[in-house]
Amino acid sequence: MKLHSYLLRRLLLSIFVLVGLSIVIFIIARVVPGDPARMALGPRAPQFAVDALREEMHLDKPLVAQYYYWIKGVATGDLGRSLVTKRGVLEDIMEFLPATMELVMVSAIFVIVFSILFGALAARYKDKWVDSVIRIMAYTGVAVPSFVLAVLFVLIFGYLWPVIPALGRLSAGVQPPVSITGLLTIDSLLTGDFPVFWDALKHLFLPALALAIGPIFQEARIIRSAMTDNMGKDYVAAAVGYGIPNHIIMGKYLLKPSLIPAVSVMGLDIASLMGNAFLVEVIFNWPGISRYGMEAMLRKDLNAISAVIIVFGLIFVLVNILVDLIVAYLDPRIRLGGKL
Amino acid sequence: MSNPVLEIKNLHVWYRTYGGYSRVLDGVNLHVYKGEKVGLVGEAGCGKTTTMRSVLRILPEGQAHIPEGQILYHGNDILKMKPRELQQVRTRGISMIFQEPAAALNPVFTVGTQMFDVIKYSGLSKEESRKDNIKRLAIQAIKEVYIPDPERILNCYPNQLSGGMKQRICIAMAIVTARELLIADEPGTSLDVTIQDQVHRLLRGLVEKKEMSLIMITHSLGVARELTDRIYVMYAGNIVEVARTSDLFANPLHPYTLGLLSSVPKLTGGGVAEGIYGRIPDYLRPPGGCRFHPRCPRAVQRCREEKPLLRDLGDGHQVACFQV
Repeated sequence: MKLHSYLLRRLLLSIFVLVGLSIVIFIIARVVPGDPARMALGPRAPQFAVDALREEMHLDKPLVAQYYYWIKGVATGDLGRSLVTKRGVLEDIMEFLPATMELVMVSAIFVIVFSILFGALAARYKDKWVDSVIRIMAYTGVAVPSFVLAVLFVLIFGYLWPVIPALGRLSAGVQPPVSITGLLTIDSLLTGDFPVFWDALKHLFLPALALAIGPIFQEARIIRSAMTDNMGKDYVAAAVGYGIPNHIIMGKYLLKPSLIPAVSVMGLDIASLMGNAFLVEVIFNWPGISRYGMEAMLRKDLNAISAVIIVFGLIFVLVNILVDLIVAYLDPRIRLGGKL
Repeated sequence: MSNPVLEIKNLHVWYRTYGGYSRVLDGVNLHVYKGEKVGLVGEAGCGKTTTMRSVLRILPEGQAHIPEGQILYHGNDILKMKPRELQQVRTRGISMIFQEPAAALNPVFTVGTQMFDVIKYSGLSKEESRKDNIKRLAIQAIKEVYIPDPERILNCYPNQLSGGMKQRICIAMAIVTARELLIADEPGTSLDVTIQDQVHRLLRGLVEKKEMSLIMITHSLGVARELTDRIYVMYAGNIVEVARTSDLFANPLHPYTLGLLSSVPKLTGGGVAEGIYGRIPDYLRPPGGCRFHPRCPRAVQRCREEKPLLRDLGDGHQVACFQV
């Protein structure tokens, strides 16, 4: 098995991707009008203070030199300081990333479970009412942006019918667990604090659902069309002809080949949730990295912008490698074809 | 002779298309006795596969429509069966081998997984469906189709096997549990000639050994001559001639059969075979009367107006033609 060399090659290639990404985002962040030093210090700061900061940030030097200083820092693990929070960017990211990771992971679980469920049901009852209901839900689900859902959820569950918490990561007065991974659910489980675990899980439900609904239905449609496509294949007719029961055919022989096209899209969708979570995080008052990154952009917080984008890029790269591995697992033609 | 294992009576199958119903099968009659090997011969698109797929009820759901006809399996109409009875027929009665072995095997499961499920759901007793017994049956079936190293084959994915091996596996799956009737839908067509011959011999050997009945679908008269006892010649959804294999070659009667025979290139030379002009009709607007009349060298007015039915000319030789 050439899995190791494949992984190694992919990881090496992704370094180039990340370097390319860093150059692009470095330039974009700097060509946008506005003086970061001035914005950081405020309009009433004296000019010499602004100039001093510009010099400290190497903003007075040419772009190439600026990039050199920055990438040198990144290579040694120093992502620079945020102009807004006045802390190290790495520190900020460590604080905000886990919240978003947790949100996206729960969303991903929703996406995987429900897209397969809805897709398979729609294919099984193709052109029957079940299919039509899922189709209508899908069009609505894909068309309505997640922030609209977020507002609706907050309105309904935060105000009209408060059965499930709609704001923040934990209820007021609940002591967060000792931070080990930064993911509240996992930390609380690790420390054996089940009430906190339950509370964190309830807080995750609504924002994760708001994020997941679009991708759920997009993937459900892909799975449905792949399954209805494959239904016409000889191997399905053969399986029916051999007398294999319908539920085995649907849930096994038809589902597995039909998941392959959906997995790639699913991976990208789930990775994009990281960045797209911005408005949902704002609405649910969720202290996540998406919100942090957006604020950094609005305030031209150069180091924070670059760092957040690099983190997103890294996540995309890793998710894509993961997706390729899952596809290879699902499809022996790719796994054993020699051209992994 | 006793009652036939399978008897198809006046079967019509239509497909729904955007242009209306495509009337493919137009009253097919066919029967197979126990232990008999029957050929179904005709050019591509004449409804051979449709006929056989309707036997197992694996026509595309929602598209195929069967307005009339019966498919009797030991006297019970498969078309009217409840799911349980149908399951019985599929697991114990009839199995089918497809034309494209590469398409008939699921690409993302190992041969073993697929074979085990075929055995597992074939209605075995609890004792028989123990894991080791299922595996034993699978290995035995793979040995029966002359593939070496069955243990390894079980762990292979279809794309790791050659075309001939895939078709052998399909045959193994069709015979892995006892069945009465095997339907082989051009099992050699997608293979190269030497492998094709091996597969045909293998099929004949297995069918004779297990005393199964065989329906061999083929477009090749040569294959049918070698493998079958009796031949049905099919044209555009109709059976146009039925005869014992030896009779058909000694005394072919229907103009279409004659045309098919003259399309076979002869080893003795004598130029390119004559063949039949034209092609299979449009099933959306099939020609009236005899469906073969637009291509028939002997067509007269009556052929355009009236549909000829199969007439018995003695000794089971039947022809659907006014001119014979």
